[in-house]
Formats: sequence, C-alpha cells, structure tokens
Amino acid sequence: MEEETKQARTGWLLSAPALAILLLAASGPLLVVLVYSFLVKGQYGGVIWTFSTEAWFEVLFTRDIFSDEVTLADAHLAIFWRSVKLSLMTTAIAFAVGFPTAWFIATRPPNRRALWLFLITIPFWTNLLIRTFAINEVIRNEGILNTLMIRAGLIERPIQILYTDTAVLIGMAYVYLPLMVLPLFAAIDRFDMRLLEAAYDLYASRWQVLRRIILPLVKPGIVAGSILVFVPSLGAYVTPRVLGGGKNMMIGNFIELQFGQGRNWPLGAALSMLLLAIVMVALLIYVRAAGRGTGHG
Amino acid sequence: MRHLAAAALLLASTSLAGAAELNLYNWGNYTSPELLAKFEKETGIKVTVTDYDSNDTALAKIEAGGHGFDLVVPSANYVGIFRDKGLLTELDLSKIPNHANIAPEWADVDWDPGRAHSVPWQWGTTAISVNTAVYKGDINTSAVWLEVPDELKGKVNVVPEMNDVVALATMYVGGEPCSEDLEVLKKARDLLIAAKPDWISMDYGATEKLSNNDWAASVNWSGSSMRARLANPDVAYGYPREGFITFMDSVALLRDARNVEEAYSFLNFILEPENAAMISAFARYSPGVAGAAEFLPEDMKTAPEVVIPAEFADKGIFLPACSPKAQEYITAIWTELQK
Amino acid sequence: MGKSFDVTSLPGVPFVAGLAFLALYAPIFTLVAYSFNDANAISIWGGFSFRWYEAAWANREVQAATARSLVIAASASVIATSAATMAALGTTRRGAFRGQTFIYVAINQPLMVPEIVTAVALLIVFATVKVATGYAGLGYLILAHSAFCIPFAYLPIRARLEGMDLSLETAAADLYANPWQTFRHVTLPLMAPGIVAGAMLAFVISLDDVVITEFVKSAGQDTLPTYMLGQMRRAITPEVNAISTALLGLTVALLTVFFLLTRKRE
Repeated sequence: MEEETKQARTGWLLSAPALAILLLAASGPLLVVLVYSFLVKGQYGGVIWTFSTEAWFEVLFTRDIFSDEVTLADAHLAIFWRSVKLSLMTTAIAFAVGFPTAWFIATRPPNRRALWLFLITIPFWTNLLIRTFAINEVIRNEGILNTLMIRAGLIERPIQILYTDTAVLIGMAYVYLPLMVLPLFAAIDRFDMRLLEAAYDLYASRWQVLRRIILPLVKPGIVAGSILVFVPSLGAYVTPRVLGGGKNMMIGNFIELQFGQGRNWPLGAALSMLLLAIVMVALLIYVRAAGRGTGHG
Repeated sequence: MRHLAAAALLLASTSLAGAAELNLYNWGNYTSPELLAKFEKETGIKVTVTDYDSNDTALAKIEAGGHGFDLVVPSANYVGIFRDKGLLTELDLSKIPNHANIAPEWADVDWDPGRAHSVPWQWGTTAISVNTAVYKGDINTSAVWLEVPDELKGKVNVVPEMNDVVALATMYVGGEPCSEDLEVLKKARDLLIAAKPDWISMDYGATEKLSNNDWAASVNWSGSSMRARLANPDVAYGYPREGFITFMDSVALLRDARNVEEAYSFLNFILEPENAAMISAFARYSPGVAGAAEFLPEDMKTAPEVVIPAEFADKGIFLPACSPKAQEYITAIWTELQK
Repeated sequence: MGKSFDVTSLPGVPFVAGLAFLALYAPIFTLVAYSFNDANAISIWGGFSFRWYEAAWANREVQAATARSLVIAASASVIATSAATMAALGTTRRGAFRGQTFIYVAINQPLMVPEIVTAVALLIVFATVKVATGYAGLGYLILAHSAFCIPFAYLPIRARLEGMDLSLETAAADLYANPWQTFRHVTLPLMAPGIVAGAMLAFVISLDDVVITEFVKSAGQDTLPTYMLGQMRRAITPEVNAISTALLGLTVALLTVFFLLTRKRE
C-alpha cells in the first residue's frame, strides 16, 4: 500500500509538466467550448449568454425547414458514419503499409535505422497543404499515375481517382503513415529477434510466428499507431476538401462549417463535445482491453 | 549628464520614428507587394500583412481582441456586422483628403452610408467560367451549373461559398438572396440537390484547374476567371441573366488599432488613383477609385471579366447580411447538399 | 535449417516497404520538378526556369513565415518531447496506480477533437490573456503547439517503454549506480529510439498545423501553412513549391553532414 502511494506520487509528479501544458493550452480552454454548447447562438457567430439546450437537441433532431416536422437528423448521422468508415479504412491501409515498412526499418543494421527513419519523415517536412496538392498532381486525370498506367497499357482512358472517396483514402493514408510507422518502429525495435530463431527452430510456420509471437509483442506499437491514425482522421479537414473535392463533408468539415459560415457556434460546440465523449469512451474501452491482452502475453 | 539624457532622448525618438509601422489584416495573396514598397518609400511606414481566408475567421479573431491589427478588409456584407458590433472606428475624413476620389457609385453605399467606416479596396463579380472548347452553348445563365448540359456533366465545379451558392440558386428560381420565402427556397434546394451529381467537386483553385482542364466550368470570381483565360484562351466568363453577385472588399479602421495615424496615411494612399490601380493590377479585380482606370494594365481595360456588358449590368446584386432566419435556411440547405 | 536463413525476413516486407517509399516520394518529386516550372500555375508545365526561386528569394513575407514555422516547430517539439518523456516514464515504469488511466486519456485529449474546436477555445482564452497582459508574442503559438504535440511524442515513447526489460536497471542499481546514473546511462539509451521517433513526429506535426495557428496568431505571425491557407482561396503560386524544395534540400544536406560526421566517429 505504502509502495503504491509512492509510485502514484512519482507517476503524477513526472506527468505534471505534460498535464500542466495540456491544461493551459488544450483541455482547459475546451471548458469554454463545453459552456458554449449550452448557450444561444449569436446572430453573426459567437454566442449570447443565455442558457439553452437547443444545440444539444439540434445534434440529434432537426426541424424540417419546410414542413416544420421534427425528425432524426439524418444528415448528421450520414456525415458521422462516413467519417467513421473512412477513418477505419484509413487506419487499416496505414497499418497494412506501415507494418511492413516499420519491420523493414527495424531489421536494417543498427547504424542505418536512423537514416531510414529520417527517410520516412523527410516528405513530411513539406507542408501538409503542399503535400496534398502534390498528391492531387499525381492522381489527377492527366497526372503521372494515369499517364504511366496508360503508357503501360493497363488502362485505355484515365481513371477518375481525384475527387472520389478513394482519393480521400489515399491522401489520408499518406498523410498519416508516419504516425503509424514511428510507434510501430519503436515497438518492433526493442523486439528480441532471438525469439524468432527459437520459434523457427521449433518448426513454427511463418504465419504462426507472425500471429503468435510478433503481433502480440508489438501490440503496444499497434495500439499507439492506430490511435494516432484513427482519431485525427475522424476530424480530418484538409484532405477531404482538397482530394475529395469537398462535395461530401466529414465531421471535421461539418464542425468547421458551424464555427464559420454556418454561424452556429453552440451546435459546433455540442457536436465536438459529443465527438470528444465518444472517442474518450472508445479509447478507455480499447486501452482496458489492450491492457488485459498484454497482461496475458 | 544632460548630454547623456539628450542622447538617450534622441535615441528613443529615432527608434520611435524608425518603428513607424502598420498592421494590415487582409485576404491572402490580395495585397500587391509593389504597393507596400511604394508606401514604405514615401512615408517610411513599414506595413506587415497577416492573412485570413474567410470573413468569419477575421470577424471571430477581431471580436476576441488582443490581435494587434490596425486595418481589416471585410466584404460588403460584413462591414455592417463589424460596425454594429462596435469593432470599427468612424473615419475622421479630414485625415483622408483623397476620400473625395472614391468613385461616385461607391461613395455612398447601402452597407456603409457616406463611406463613414470604410474605403474601397477592390470589387468584382461572382459568376461562371466556362471552357468554350467543351461547351458551345449559352454561358450567360446559371443553368450551366444548376441544370448541367450534357457536355459539362461531371466537369463542373462549384466554389464552397455557402452564401454565394445558395444566393445564386435562389436568384435562378426567381427569388432574392437571403430569401425567407419557403416556396422559393424549396425550389432552390431541390435544384441544387438534383444538380450535385453532375458536379465534379466543390473546391477552390479555379484559376489553375480551369487552365489545366481538370474542370470545364466553375462558379467563379471575375479576377480568377481572367487569370485562367490568360493561361487558357478558351475560358470565358458568363454573367447569369437570372442574377449574379457583385462583391466589394473595403478597408476599415479597427477600434483597437494602435497605429492610427499610420493607418490614416495608408487609407489616404490607396485612394490615390495610381495606387488603387496597383492593387487591381495585382489581383485582377476592379478599383473603386475615380480615375484609376487609366492606370490599369492594358489587358484589364477591355477585359470581359472586368467590363460588365451593358445588357447584364443591372443583374449584379450585392449580398446583404442575411437575417438569422434566412441564415438558418441557407445553412440547412447547405448541410443537406453536402451530407 | 540447412541453408542460411534470415529469421527477421518476412515475405513481402521489402516489396511493400519499397512501394511505400515510392508512394511517399512520388508526390515529393512532382513538387520538386514543378518548382522549376516557368508557368504561373502549379500543374501546367511551361519550361524550365528558376523564376520561382527568384520570386521566393525576393519575397520577405514567405521567408519570414518559413523561419517562424521552423522556430515554433523546434521549440514546441523540444518542450513536448521533454514533457512526454517524463510522462511516459511516470506512467509505464511502475505498477498500476490510481489515476494512471486518467493521465493516459488526458494526455491524448488533443487528438480527440477536431482542430477547429481547440482553435476556437484557444482564441477565446488567449485573446483574453493578450488583452490583460499586453503580451502578444510567439509564446502563445509555441505553448499551443507544445500542447497538441504532446500525444504525438508520448505514444511512440510509451510504446517503446511498455514491457521494456527492467533487469538492466535493477542490475545497474545493484552495482551502486545512483538513480540519476542509472537513468542517464541505462534507461535513456534504451528509450532513445522512442524519443527520437516521438520528437520527429512532434516536429512535423507542428510544422503542418494550420487551423490552430490561424486562430492563435497575432499580427505579423503568419507561418508557412497559414500563409498558404490565405493563398488557397485564390491560387497557390509555385513560389511555395520552391520554398518547400529549398527546405527539403536543406534537410537532406544537414542529414548527410550529420551522418558523415557520426560515421567518422565510429
């Protein structure tokens, strides 16, 4: 008991600087948003300081502007569902590409690993917008990808990739790839390769080795990478706009609309608080489950 | 001792004079660097430009305070909002001798009577750019993007400007911008939703994407359309006879400005016809100053994007600041359109 | 096993990794190529030219924005990585304690809301502070960036530390190393790859940020991303391609020097 108190004190003490910065410049200010979700929207953006639960009502229900009928806000649900779907797919793609890449880097000679890691991050020294425009350049109808495929005789006419959900997926997987690779690398790198030797000596198949040994041991890296990719994808804003052509919104765009042209700050605030709550609960469940998993392994 | 004090004073005063500066908060890529260089050479005032990309962001930041800006350049429908929220200073016209240079049609406008709070930066129109190699039909109608002709299906872009787009659609079905007439709004909504599958995207960047054939048509701004035409001669600019949008961005002095005198020098400076023309030459929109036209680059004097044909001259409408009710309708239509 | 067999090789790994690097660099090469484009637009080839480099060289605004971006990213990544390293040590190296999950969730909170929400919240809070104190310097941007970079630095470090063997540290302690010596000579080198990964992530994340910066910046504090956001509505000039290419060139040059130096020492 004594020991646990001491550990807790050290744990809190070591986490204090991080928590203080977050309290000052992230979580603390969010309280303002929570308060705003219970106020009345201002005529030209902003809020009027009168208590109201209207915004929370609007999150789920909508009063049809023509028939005045109150129905479930299917537009909000559609936007929410699209975001979750695209983010899950992005995470899957990033993992499918990121795991082999991280494995590749972690199995290079030790003095070369840093170089490969830098090679992963160098493209990200160019700004997100520029990178997104460059992807746009590669996949557009007259871009390199289509030109090469036509030259190779794979296709006859350009495939419309730009301004589709595929383009959004490609773009998000690209943008978030290092967020998957780096934590995976950090986990694989400390992995004791002699374990593999032992397994192969015991005639384990490659698939068995991957499933029974590698994946369980790099799980913390998978958890970290998936969170870093999935959660920010949910709120992605630039990629759906530039590569998806902005025809269909994701949650990030929809919330942005409320704080911008839509001039409904309380609704934007309520939507973001709801998103925060959902992600937090999901994360808690995930961490608990993952923690139990590692406990067994 | 006295020497020292005098030296210190001198030092202080020179550093003060050297520190003459001005903070302009303007749309990105909208301020001519030559203009600023000339201003600095003439007055010794160094102008720092900070960018924004939407009226709403600018409004939110200025309303929050502590920003350090002196001048802002809101669109016509936002000048009134800034003013009514008490964010602007009423201009002391005695400090702007060139105020008289404001072109007569812009000297007394609905959104700023007597130009007491703002002076013209530049103005233009929001209408339609069409690649005439792809579509040879009538381009002076919003049908180009609301009832998309076959040649243009899957090649039309619509800029993601909620108020402009809904207003254009409302005018197409015979209503007024900011309408609260449910019949009209319903028609506009149905039309927009029916047209959307024929659009390729709802994005910015028309200048480039019209030039490189990614798009064959777009709801677009006049200056952007002109720059697209210079790169691709097939791009023409159509003025919908059902109604199109005229906009003007104006410079206003903020209530919490710290460099007020410098700001007045700048306001006076940009109302000089030659300087107003420099602003226009950079971004390709029209000046609001009398006599500036003769200083414009040759290619702008006759450009069809700049000179509105007489038959459409009365079809251009300034977007008013919509009522909260109308704004709610617009947002609802937009959400349904983009869900 | 008769023939020599590399246990670390997994089928398809080099292929997918190669493809990944190719995909990562394809847009970058396009970008570099178009920075030498003579045309006014980013995507129409108009012949080879250095005009955008000249334009960027003459454009004080874009240079200042780039320098500001780098200063903010460097400061924020150092602050965020230090705080995150401590927090990771505090939450993984010991037995579970009350509040551990709370700390975990609190540290990851910035990931959970779209940027615009944090941006609006920070605008309101920081504006009040700016008015009250009269200070409107870069400090606000560095603080804001440090905050949202913390989870990006924390997760890789934590992934490294989780389940890390404690025996070396115990051994060091047995050999009468004091806790600081143990940390300095045993723990820190062991966790270094995690720290490097975390710091790199924090740096690029800060370098990329648009929305929060747009709402927190004061007069004259445009960063490269907000400068570009302002341009996006009208047209982005190839000038930014030139700047990005120059920045890439600088990075590669620095890295080469760094690697040549470290190799000599070995």
